[in-house]
Amino acid sequence: MICNVCGTKEATIHLTEIVNGQMAEVHICEACAEEKGTEFKTYFNFGDLLAGVSGLEKTLGPSGKKISLVCKDCGMNYEDFAKNGRLGCAGCYTSFQKPLASVIKQVQRSSCHVGKKPSRIPSETHSVHDLRQLQEKLRKSIQEEAFEESARLRDEIKQALNKLKKTKRPKSE
Amino acid sequence: MSEIDRFVDQPVNWLRATGPESDVVVSSRLRMARNFATYPFLSRLVPAQRDAIIQEAGEAVKRSNFLKNAYFISSTELPELDRQFLLERHLVSRELFLEEGKSAVAITPDEMVSLMVIEEDHLRLQVFQSGLNLVEAWRIADGIDSELEKDLDYAFDGTLGYLTACPTNVGTGLRASCMLHLPSLVLTKQVHKVLQALSKLNLAVRGLYGEGTQASGNFFQFSNQITLGQPEDEIISNLEGVIRQVITHEREARDYLKKKRKAKMEDQIWRALATLKAARMMSSSEAIQLLSLVQVGIDVGVLKGQVTHADLNQLSLLIQPAHLQKMNGKELGSTERDTRRASRIREYFTKVIL
Repeated sequence: MICNVCGTKEATIHLTEIVNGQMAEVHICEACAEEKGTEFKTYFNFGDLLAGVSGLEKTLGPSGKKISLVCKDCGMNYEDFAKNGRLGCAGCYTSFQKPLASVIKQVQRSSCHVGKKPSRIPSETHSVHDLRQLQEKLRKSIQEEAFEESARLRDEIKQALNKLKKTKRPKSE
Repeated sequence: MSEIDRFVDQPVNWLRATGPESDVVVSSRLRMARNFATYPFLSRLVPAQRDAIIQEAGEAVKRSNFLKNAYFISSTELPELDRQFLLERHLVSRELFLEEGKSAVAITPDEMVSLMVIEEDHLRLQVFQSGLNLVEAWRIADGIDSELEKDLDYAFDGTLGYLTACPTNVGTGLRASCMLHLPSLVLTKQVHKVLQALSKLNLAVRGLYGEGTQASGNFFQFSNQITLGQPEDEIISNLEGVIRQVITHEREARDYLKKKRKAKMEDQIWRALATLKAARMMSSSEAIQLLSLVQVGIDVGVLKGQVTHADLNQLSLLIQPAHLQKMNGKELGSTERDTRRASRIREYFTKVIL
């Protein structure tokens, strides 16, 4: 997680505040925290912070004008999300995929879920989930320098990818 | 509101101080966020969709073995005082009633599980345990979730996992937290050092009533910050690992106080008791602060057998504003509350002889 204030250093302090019914989650580095004061009494506007995140800048067109990004499922504007930090529907994750990816990168450890999945999901979702689990395992085994295991996982991933391509059109990364 | 009135005289199970490490860890809580695939998130819901979600959730609750005996209460049946009462018992969150429009909550009769319907996400499942017991809380939450998903289609993405209204919950949708009582670390002025070290580990630390409040009465809530990229059991074991270290620090600080600052400690504890036994008016925050010192008294052996952690945990809850008013049967002004709070506390401490 990167500091929401300076946008360069690693955030080490995580803060949630509710003021006038609005919730703000703030992630800041130690240097910025000191500058802002340790009491955190000032209200950080979540929207303002998100607006500073690189994701929103990507919605700027080449001329520098804002291209308004609208969810095709629920009609929510990306700007509304930037204001209150809440998405309108599950489809927003697809419609706002690019700018959201950098938001997620800032607030989460990775961009890929590992763990429980519902029993009732479409088979394509199932396959994608399985593939992600394998990729995560591979990442770990490389970290642990377990090379035999890594080679085995790489083959398994290749197979899973082929299977995914055969059954459905390949999903964009 | 007979169902809620049933809770008034019932001690809260997860405050019984029976769980592991309960001299430091008051309680463990696990929260799981889920959304229905077929409805938009909270901010785009129309009233008819709210009704439909509450209906579907209610039916799934009835079919669940874990939840079938739960009280299912709609927000429209809840006057302000009852909302505040449930909030003080941590069974609902402020967010559940924040927006205009209907919401609901299912609460098991033993108050160990609550399922909030139409909070920030469509479903927020909470499981409580006494002491440090996140593993058990996860086992129960996982079981209930698996039952509910038989009937409900959740918003789930192969890459991002469970989709939530706020990207800070996406992935597992899991927030594990523990309430720690760290008076010795506060008294020895070491708590900031510990918290600073912790903040490097992507954990959040908050005050007694969770989001939006300062730590009061030496109570701190520790929770995981990241929900994406780690499986549930790893999130839990990481948090537990850190909490175990904090427990060790707290106990070391306690030993130090016992050995090196015994006279001063005892003075503070007895002064707190004297105030609790004598005061005619007392605010919540003063009471929590003084009761926290009495808890230290138990831990360092000053008050052998006269009071217990379990009793004090319960007392801390019973003197909250909505609890005082529920027990009174009608609303009370703040002066009246302070008077009643003081008298309730005096009553409890009559058995302690100064």
